[in-house]
Parts: sequence; C-alpha cells; structure tokens
Amino acid sequence: MALYREGHIAPIDDDGPVALPLAEWLQAPTQAVALANTDQFNALRTHLGRLKLIALNFPKYTDGRAYSQARLLRGRLGYRGELRATGQVLLDQLPFMLRCGFDSFESEQAGFGAALARARTLFSVVYQGAEDDRLPASLLRLKRRNASEKLAAE
Amino acid sequence: MPDTYFYRYDDFDRTLLSERVDQFRDQVRRRLSGELTEEQFKPLRLTNGLYLQLHAYMLRIAIPYGTLSTKQLRKLAEIARKYDRGYGHFTTRQNLQLNWIKLEDAPDAVAALAEVDMHAIQTSGNVIRNTTADHFAGAAADEIEDPRIWCEMIRQWSTLHPEFSFLPRKFKIAITGSPNDRAAVRVHDVGLRLWRNPEGQVGFEVIVGGGLGRTPIIGKTLREFLPKEDLLAYLEAVLRVYNRYGRRDNIYKARIKILVHELGVDKMREEVEAEFASTRDSALKLDPQTIEAITSQFAPPPLPHRPAMVGAVEALKIEDRDFALWLKSNTAPHRMAGYRIVTASLKPAGAPPGDASAAQMDGVADIADAYSWGEVRVSHEQNLVLPHVAIEDLPAVYAVLSKLGFAEANVGKITDIIACPGLDYCALANARSIPVAQSLSNHFSNLARQHDIGDLKVKISGCINACGHHHVGHIGILGVDKNGVELYQISLGGDVDFGKTSLGEIIGPAVGADEIVEAVDALVATYLERRREGERFVETYRRIGAEPFKERVYGAV
Repeated sequence: MALYREGHIAPIDDDGPVALPLAEWLQAPTQAVALANTDQFNALRTHLGRLKLIALNFPKYTDGRAYSQARLLRGRLGYRGELRATGQVLLDQLPFMLRCGFDSFESEQAGFGAALARARTLFSVVYQGAEDDRLPASLLRLKRRNASEKLAAE
Repeated sequence: MPDTYFYRYDDFDRTLLSERVDQFRDQVRRRLSGELTEEQFKPLRLTNGLYLQLHAYMLRIAIPYGTLSTKQLRKLAEIARKYDRGYGHFTTRQNLQLNWIKLEDAPDAVAALAEVDMHAIQTSGNVIRNTTADHFAGAAADEIEDPRIWCEMIRQWSTLHPEFSFLPRKFKIAITGSPNDRAAVRVHDVGLRLWRNPEGQVGFEVIVGGGLGRTPIIGKTLREFLPKEDLLAYLEAVLRVYNRYGRRDNIYKARIKILVHELGVDKMREEVEAEFASTRDSALKLDPQTIEAITSQFAPPPLPHRPAMVGAVEALKIEDRDFALWLKSNTAPHRMAGYRIVTASLKPAGAPPGDASAAQMDGVADIADAYSWGEVRVSHEQNLVLPHVAIEDLPAVYAVLSKLGFAEANVGKITDIIACPGLDYCALANARSIPVAQSLSNHFSNLARQHDIGDLKVKISGCINACGHHHVGHIGILGVDKNGVELYQISLGGDVDFGKTSLGEIIGPAVGADEIVEAVDALVATYLERRREGERFVETYRRIGAEPFKERVYGAV
C-alpha cells in the first residue's frame, strides 16, 4: 500500500513505528495505534502526548465513521501526532479528510499524490469550521462587515 | 429595493458553487474516461443530484426552503428545454427533477444552475439533504417566525460538511414556523418546530427519528426547547451521534429512526446532550450579528395597503362558481389584510401530479412578476405558491392561471394527489403511481363534488420506499408487485396536518389497478353517508373506525 503525505507527489517510505490494533496496543502501549472505526478511544487519552501515529480505517470509502473519530481526536482530545487514513481511501475524499485532520493517507489509486497536492485549494470557501483552522464564510463575512464599519467610522 | 426577499448569494456562496461545478465536471470526465468505476462514481454523482433511473439519468435540483425567484424559475424552464424534454417534476421535498438528463450534459446543466445561484448539491446520497420549510413561510397569517432563516443557516452549515458527507443513510430536516405544521416535521429525520415558550422566547422543539419509507415512524421529541443560537451546535451533536452509531450493516435499518428506536429516545437524548455539552460553546454557537445578517435578508416585501373587501371580487364570486370554489380552496390567509396566498394547482384533471412544462414555468414566473413580488414557492404537496397576491388582483391571477391549466380549484381536495414517479420512471418501483393518480383525478374531476367531499388527502407510492407519503394520506395507496401483477394496498387514517401526525392502517387485501377507482369511490361514499356536520373524511374515519369502509370496499370490489 502506497503512503502519501502533503508536500510529496510521490509515495513516501513508511519508516515510522508500526501501528498495532487497539486491543494489542492496550497490552503494551507503543507510539502507534490502529483503530477500528467502532473502537472507543478514551483509553488513549492518557497516552496522547507519546503517540506518534494513529491510523483510522475506512473499511469502505462510503463508511464515514472515521471522519468523526478524526475530529474528536484532533478537536476534542487535542492529538497532534500523525493521523493516517487507511483502508479504502480515494482521492475524492481528500478535501473532507484534510478538513477533519488527517495528514497521511494509504491509497492505491492512480493520481492520488497529484490530487493531494490540489485538495486543499479545490475549495477556497468553506461553510463550517473543522480541524483545519479555516474560517467559515459566516465568520469571514462578519469580519469584513466589521472592518468596513470601522473604516466608515474612521 | 432588493431583487429578492430571501437570502441573496454573495461572493463566498458563488465562489463555492463555481468550484463545486468544476469539481463535478472533473469527476464526470474521469467517469467518462473510465478512470472512475461506476461504484466509485456513484456516491459522487449522487451528492450532485444525479440518479440513474430506468431510462436515463435524473437530475434533482435543490430549491432551498422551496423559495424561487422568477429569474430562477425561468432558468429552470430553460434548462428543462435545453437538457431535458421540456418539462420538470416538482417533488414532495420541494425539489425539481429532470428525468432525461445525459451524463455528459450534467456538468453544463449544473453550471447553468449556478448562473442563478442554484445547485443540485446533496439532493441525494447519504448526506444532509435540502432542508424543507413551510411553503407559506413569511406570508402565513399563523406564523410565529420565518423558518427559512434557519433553513439557510442549515444549508450553509451542511453543505460539503467534511464530517457528515458519508452518513449511514440520507438525512432530511424540515422546519415549521407555524403552529399549523405545513412541513410534516414529525416525519423527518430531524423536524424543527419554532414556538414561543412561556417566558416569551422563541426557540425550537427538536423532533428526531421520524420518517416514512418501509418503517414508518413518528418522530419523538428530543428537546422541548432549544435556544435558537444553539441550533447548529445541537444539530452537529445529533449528526455526530448518528454518524458514529447509526447502523451500516443493513441499508433498511440505517436511518436515524432505527437508531432512536433501538437505543430508545432517552438514551439517544443522553448521547446527544453529552456531545452537545462539548459543541454548544464552540464556534458553532450563532452570534447575534450572523443571525441578524441572515434574518434581514428575509425581510418581507414592503406590501402596500390594499383593500380587504373588493367589490369586483365579490361580484365574480357570485357570477363564476368555479372562481368562488378556487378562492375557497386555492387561496389562504395572508398575514397582511388585503392579501392572500395563492396556490397554483399542478394537478389539473388527468395530469401527472407535480409536472410542469417549461412554458408553464415561464407562465408562472410572469404571473409572479406581475402580482407576487417576483417570488414563487414549491409546496411539499407538489404545487406552486404565489405568496403575496393582493385580493384586488385575484380575478386577474385566476384568469392567467386558468390559461396555464393551473387554476383547478382542488387544493387539499381528493384530486390534489401526491404521487411518486413510480414505475414509469423509477428503478425501485414495483408498480405505477402516475396512471393511478390520473384515473382518480379524472374520475373525481367534478369540482362541486370535490368541494362537497371536502378535505381529503390521497397519497400514492409505487413501492415501500414511500416517496408518495402513502402512510400519511387520509387515503394511502401503495403499489405492490405480486407475481408480476401490479396491485394496490389501501390504508386509511394517515395525517400530517395540524400537528396530528398519524400513520394510516391497511384495510385489507390489495386491489387491482382496474379496481382502485371503484374502491376509492366506495370509501368516499361511506364517508358521505356517515359524516357529521363539518367533519372531514379523516375525522369520520377516526370516529367510526375502519370497519364500515372495509365492508363497502370489499363488498364493492
């Protein structure tokens, strides 16, 4: 399986720690864990600072549970290590995955690296906040209006 | 003066739409070149409103909260002419379907939509769909607040939501701002009812897990009162719980209603509230300026004072019986004296319910420009609505609607039938719906008789997916297939009006296509004999039960 990361069109070498399934990992916690999309991950809470890699799985690309897992790991638990999408990962999911906080991807699809390079700029406007620090249109409108009111006041 | 009295796109909205068109064009190109398999392409085309039907692709165009400018309606007519066979079909979810689209034309069709700030985004697929609203919003005399303001907030929040684009199943939201629910909020995945609490604040009752389809369930109240500024934070919590825990092992058990049913509403509430505790004070909380900015765009048109009593209208009522009937059934009270809300019936005798030709769409646009502030609504009952018509103008509006064939005085009557496309178009259907609707519509075409029968909702679905909402028809008709023969099951007592949501009950064995008119005739005859003064069909049914109706039908068939 080829591994991709932003900034690289070609697949990169996977030289990091091997992600263990949660049950196995709980026996002997390492720096990398692989979660099923039904796993509860509160047990990870105390280890988050030491984890370097969490792999989330898409058993089918239409199964979207890992998007919620990703957002909770990033937004709720504050995980800052690598968040990898595994399983059926297709390039048309990339804009969504990037916004949910994924930053590495396993995929066999042709053209995946090139699509990754474009995925963040495919949409220059977003309507909702997520894990990528982009401001939704509603907030940008507000800022613009306040700025123009300020200008008018001056 | 603004050119519309509802949400106006700005550069942010237009940029997103145009980037979406580019993305879709690229996806179609990759499908046509074979780069994408049909399996890979399917969810992508579905979230752009493109279905594969029996004969061709169908494009389902979103009409957010059922509100259209005349410019948009004319563009829909143009697209129907250019990319389809010159007509379209308005649906029970306030969308428009074009049934004969070619895949290679689809990107151009959505690009044409974008020219008038319209799209087909998330009109199908396992995503948050177009949010529907009361078709009388902003005009109804009984309204507390315009629900479209909140539909628009949901439109923006839900569009290309990165977390909720691969849900277990589709997700439909409806909002009503009136005590008389015209949006069927109890049969949606989430229904929102605006109401004023005893402290005088307006907020939402949140109803969850309603739906029709093969497992009809009436939604349950998840929260009695949700402050308005928490709407998106709360919805995000509901959707997150659903995305994580909704069933994905069986497509027929994947809607949120099954999750609510299996967890129980109390456990569901607990899960949602726990999630909401984390989302409520996030950036999802709506700030007053954002609410105000969107609210101001829905400011009603500055309707001038017009007389409430008009001699010419009174005279015509006496002179022309059909006009008098039309006034009664096809116009509704407006919040301003001197005005009425006019419903253009897309159910003339013998026609497929909800269809409009391009010429008819243009015609309605002309009428709306002349008499209704350039605004048209689509109702979930598959009719078009002119929201702000002066009483003085009613004779003129009646005359032009008559020319278009849209002035049948049958709104809410037995021939105002809701029907799904059925086996004539749909790959899922077991039986035809449209021909059944047409034969009933022909049989009961006499207007005086229809008005004597009174309010009676007939709803027809061609399969158990229930797109024709047969479960909530006073008379529900469901097409089934038995060894290759199309048969129709009849149910009685369904209702979604006036907050009295109930599901119909099947009265007995299915009848043949050639027996259905006779069966409905028998139901009507039973009602006419047994009704009490002022009692509607469904009320008589509730009082006397199914037995007398059954006897008459199965004696007759």
